[in-house]
Amino acid sequence: MASNSSSSTAQQRLRIIAGHLQKRPEDENASVAAQECKAEAPRSEPSSATPVPRRRQEIMKWNGWGYSDSRFLFTKKGQAEFTGKRYRLSGLILPSLKDWFEGTFGANLQHRSPATPSLNLSAVAPPNLNQPFVEDLKAAGLVVSHDPEDRVFRAHGHCLHEVFALREGRIGRVPDMVVWPSCHSDVEKIVELACKHNVCLIPYGGGTSVSSALECPREETRSIVSLDTSQMVSVYMHACRQYLRIRRLNEHGYCTGHEPDSMEFSSLGGWVATRASGMKKNIYGNIEDLVVHIKMVTPRGVIEKSCLGPRMSTGPDIHHFILGSEGTLGVVTEVTLKIRPLPEYQKYGSVVFPNFQQGVACLREVARQRCAPASIRLMDNEQFQFGHALKPQVSSMFTSFLDGLKKFYITKFKGFDPQHLCVATLLFEGDRGKVLQHEKQVYDIAAKFGGLAAGEDNGQRGYMLTFVIAYLRDLGMDYYVIGESFETSVPWDRVLDLCRNVKERIVRECKERGVQVTQTYDAGACVYFYFAFNYRGLNDPVHVYEQVEHAAREEILANGGSLSHHHGVGKLRKEWMKESVSGVGLGMLKSVKEYVDPQNIFGNRNLL
Amino acid sequence: MASRALYSPRHPMLKKRDSFEDILEERRHSSDLRYALRCYTPTLYKGLVPCKASMLKSIVLQSDHLQYVIKQVSSESGDSTECVAEEASLILDEMAHRLQLSTVRFFVFTLSKAFKRLFRSVCVNEEGIQRLQQAVQEHPVVLLPSHRSYMDFLMMSYLLYMYDLPLPVIAAGMDFMSMKFVGEMLRMSGAFFIRRSFGGDKLYWAVFSEYVKTMLRNGYAPIEFFLEGTRSRTCKSLTPKTGLLNIVMEPFFKGELFDVNLVPVSISYERILEESLYARELLGIPKPKESTSGLLKARRVLSEDYGSMYVYFGHPVSVRSLTEGKITRSQYNLLPRCIPQKPSADTHEFLNDTAFRLVRIQEGNMVLKPWVLIATLLLQNPDGMDLSSLAEQTDWLRHLALAFGAFLDWPDHAACSEVISCSLALHRHLLSVSAGHVQLSVTDAPQVETTPEEAVFHQAVVVLSCASYRNQILHVFLRPALLAVAMQSANSNRKDDVYNCFNFLRNMFSSEFILCPGDSVQDFEEACYLLMKRGVLQVLEHEIVMSASGHSTLAFLSSVLDPFLQGYQVTPHTQCANLILRRFEISVFRFLCVFVIMASGRLKCYEALSSDLQKNALAAFLRLKAVMKVKVGDQVTLKVNKIAVNSLEDTLGKSDVISHQNSWWSSMAMFEIAI
Repeated sequence: MASNSSSSTAQQRLRIIAGHLQKRPEDENASVAAQECKAEAPRSEPSSATPVPRRRQEIMKWNGWGYSDSRFLFTKKGQAEFTGKRYRLSGLILPSLKDWFEGTFGANLQHRSPATPSLNLSAVAPPNLNQPFVEDLKAAGLVVSHDPEDRVFRAHGHCLHEVFALREGRIGRVPDMVVWPSCHSDVEKIVELACKHNVCLIPYGGGTSVSSALECPREETRSIVSLDTSQMVSVYMHACRQYLRIRRLNEHGYCTGHEPDSMEFSSLGGWVATRASGMKKNIYGNIEDLVVHIKMVTPRGVIEKSCLGPRMSTGPDIHHFILGSEGTLGVVTEVTLKIRPLPEYQKYGSVVFPNFQQGVACLREVARQRCAPASIRLMDNEQFQFGHALKPQVSSMFTSFLDGLKKFYITKFKGFDPQHLCVATLLFEGDRGKVLQHEKQVYDIAAKFGGLAAGEDNGQRGYMLTFVIAYLRDLGMDYYVIGESFETSVPWDRVLDLCRNVKERIVRECKERGVQVTQTYDAGACVYFYFAFNYRGLNDPVHVYEQVEHAAREEILANGGSLSHHHGVGKLRKEWMKESVSGVGLGMLKSVKEYVDPQNIFGNRNLL
Repeated sequence: MASRALYSPRHPMLKKRDSFEDILEERRHSSDLRYALRCYTPTLYKGLVPCKASMLKSIVLQSDHLQYVIKQVSSESGDSTECVAEEASLILDEMAHRLQLSTVRFFVFTLSKAFKRLFRSVCVNEEGIQRLQQAVQEHPVVLLPSHRSYMDFLMMSYLLYMYDLPLPVIAAGMDFMSMKFVGEMLRMSGAFFIRRSFGGDKLYWAVFSEYVKTMLRNGYAPIEFFLEGTRSRTCKSLTPKTGLLNIVMEPFFKGELFDVNLVPVSISYERILEESLYARELLGIPKPKESTSGLLKARRVLSEDYGSMYVYFGHPVSVRSLTEGKITRSQYNLLPRCIPQKPSADTHEFLNDTAFRLVRIQEGNMVLKPWVLIATLLLQNPDGMDLSSLAEQTDWLRHLALAFGAFLDWPDHAACSEVISCSLALHRHLLSVSAGHVQLSVTDAPQVETTPEEAVFHQAVVVLSCASYRNQILHVFLRPALLAVAMQSANSNRKDDVYNCFNFLRNMFSSEFILCPGDSVQDFEEACYLLMKRGVLQVLEHEIVMSASGHSTLAFLSSVLDPFLQGYQVTPHTQCANLILRRFEISVFRFLCVFVIMASGRLKCYEALSSDLQKNALAAFLRLKAVMKVKVGDQVTLKVNKIAVNSLEDTLGKSDVISHQNSWWSSMAMFEIAI
């Protein structure tokens, strides 16, 4: 084993040296950072890595999640299918989805609520352009557009109300113009001109926000310019003392390890600006642990540190003004990240617990012993059944026989109640020997809490769910079902109470589903709630949804949960900021904004 | 919805109440034994974690909270943790109930027999029971009965058994435990025992609160306790205690429960079993110690007729909706929940406010019998009344009470005189009726010649017993009566002046009656509203004017408060007497009694002898700084603040009802000489 790993290290070295010799890549063939690191990842979900072009509409849906070619649909025979070729699930039939869907939501395939098929360009208000600014930009050689499609694409994230409005063909205020810088100096130029002509800039990365952060503020009267950073490539990778593009990372045997659920589409700048968290944070850390250096262009000038020292005691860390600033202070143009060798071995796993309480107790113990795998997630019973509904048609008699046997063993022999059991999904990474050892340690802890190992397959399907859930919401919306997820973080001792109270509060507010504990910390966990309902017969379903979410968030805060673990505040959760960080805290943030951006050029009005 | 019921502006006329069923009806026709042994399958809380009493004990002892406190106590006292844990375990043994169905069945059997002998009927609102059945399944329930008699909690458990509801665990005072055998029986029927005072004992508090909370969190059983803390000897509701209320609300505050339902229960008696005992106690004869032999001696109560008993289950009140906008639960987010936290100032205020409102709900749902009206009138006419005028005035009073929202149980189709004679018959031991003239008096007085002091004492017992019935209806008249007195003392029609006077009276009587702190304006408006509706007053923008026909009503209302006003005047003096009482013989006290009564020359002053009134008055004077506590060495003595007393006198003295007694304020010296 030792020789094995040393030889692989040697190979990595060789690759690094090769990298040194390679010509520095040019900037023009741009791509989004996040896709690249998994082009060859052992985990092939989500699979394909198409760079997002300037004209996003070419490959992506204008009124739903993700790629145009990938979507769920019910065939004429009433079977669910996932189209396209990009994902592991693509092209597969999902026989049990229909029953789950109809049973859980009382939806009916006869009752469809189709979306507006195409964008009605006349519904988009003509741009309010600041001509001198546009001319200066053009003179500087920047790529701009005021094409309605481009503008609509950059006017929304993926909050329920945003997508719902698009599906109905309702278009609100959209940016008046889009500009695509390709490097740091382009951004400097744009910000300088924006200050000069007093226009409002809204930075745009991958457009996956779920906090209304990209919505144009209604009260804004200036020309709004969407600053799309997706065509920028200046991403520096620390550790091998050379410049690499993230796309090439895997080729060189490295990865960032940062894998948020939206990673196919989101951008590195976006991760920094929202304090993102990836599912493998147990090994690699969250974005704040990964960044070594950040360069940001603000109306006051450029902010950055002078060296790449791994830690500095130089007053409060200026990075923390940038991390989570949600585009209110400037544009992140360059980020230096720590990278790690690609894991040699990856293994999925899953554990079945008799009930949610036992599952939480086990995760807490795992966290206490500090032996959490790269990822560990606990799904409650409802979500477990949801995951089950996504099981593809089994290819052989043998597999289905085996499944039956497994089910019999767990429910009959072990006496787990199918209405209460819950599943933890696991992902181990590292060198093979350590992974196996680690796996055993975790399963041993699980056994103490009545957990039974339930195979790799269940685990893998659990993770798949996080990538396709957003696609599933579009399916739901075709049949009068709307839903959303929201998250929080909470100390361990309150996890159960919080889950129970929030669920009960939601039930009380209306009809609903699902909760999971997604991440573990020594001191607590990140809790995710999925919530969906059938809105047939409701007048204003989005409003109903928003009332429920509002109530749920109040309940979360009352039960010791945080305002957000990684989704951010945006405009959606602004009202609770003061309560969350105290009046003084908010005042500090405001005074930073006041200093950095007195003209409110970055006027998306998030956070504060 | 429940919260709305609690906070809605009170327009008593609109209050709709459920109807009653007599539960003894069926008991009189079928076998009690079979009934006691019938199959009992209560509806349970949906989130119930089933556990036995012994399991409960180990859950409590292992709880983070208790473990934390044990460590804390051990590091403070220097004892080993094992030692402290052992102590905790002993406390728990002393406290814990051991609910057993067999004991309950025994009680059901004997109580069926007893109730049938004691009461003509036991009436329960079945709609309330249905609501409770619903509530019990949804969230953990806390039962909050009023407390007038030992019968209360026996009856509660009996009723819950009867309606297939989970049997409650009841917080009971430690004094019961000293009753041999019976204490254990009560324990086995669900009582758990708490010491009367354990202010500084951290460990005791931790065990106790954790025990209650564990039962609540598990949905083990409804928790039952008395907001008033003890039996009210006067039949007035007592100022509620908030300690236990805080304990049962904390699991909600800390997010351990989604909600808790509070169910106020009003238990009212046509005739209270402890009637004369209470009166004696109020006069300074100490309460007989609870003992089994005492209980056996009390058997003779079984041979008397106690009329009807009413149990009214109020609407469940959701703690969640109560706290909405009042309590920020996130204040509990910053400490691990096992660490005990003192309630913050706003929590405290909330608890206090809620407790008062719950007691007001209890008051509002108490059934009043015609005798209550008669007692009120007889007390105002110490020289007795003719039956005919009694009937006439009772009828008048009945309409007034109904207009003010009293929950009066007046027989539907009976003539007024008939109703009155029935009531008089039931309470004949307090009355003498001769030649159509009714008077409060000692009837079963011993034949032997008595000393004047003894005669006074016996008469005082009768008056205080009778007052306990009048007190039941006080809450109906209280606010208008305060307004009536305020109008007299204010000597002005200006609304502001009247309000100030009203507010002063309200403040003075705040330990005497249930007056929610901070509700001064609402109370004033309610009083105005009621009297206006009755046509007694006209409330203009800046003035309050009495209408021509309103005189008699106002006179009646202000005389309702008469005994209290007089009592408060006498109190600064008798209070000193009470202090001395600790050193001197009881005969001195008797002497004082006679002295007071002879000196006042008015029967009404009998009520000033009530220790309850004196205690409340002292509290009021301390609050108003008319009396101060002065520490002399180890002893605390009370000093009358002459200046404050004089200003009090100025405020109250204007009232003509009491002005002739002004001399009393300055008669301190006489008492000092007397002693």
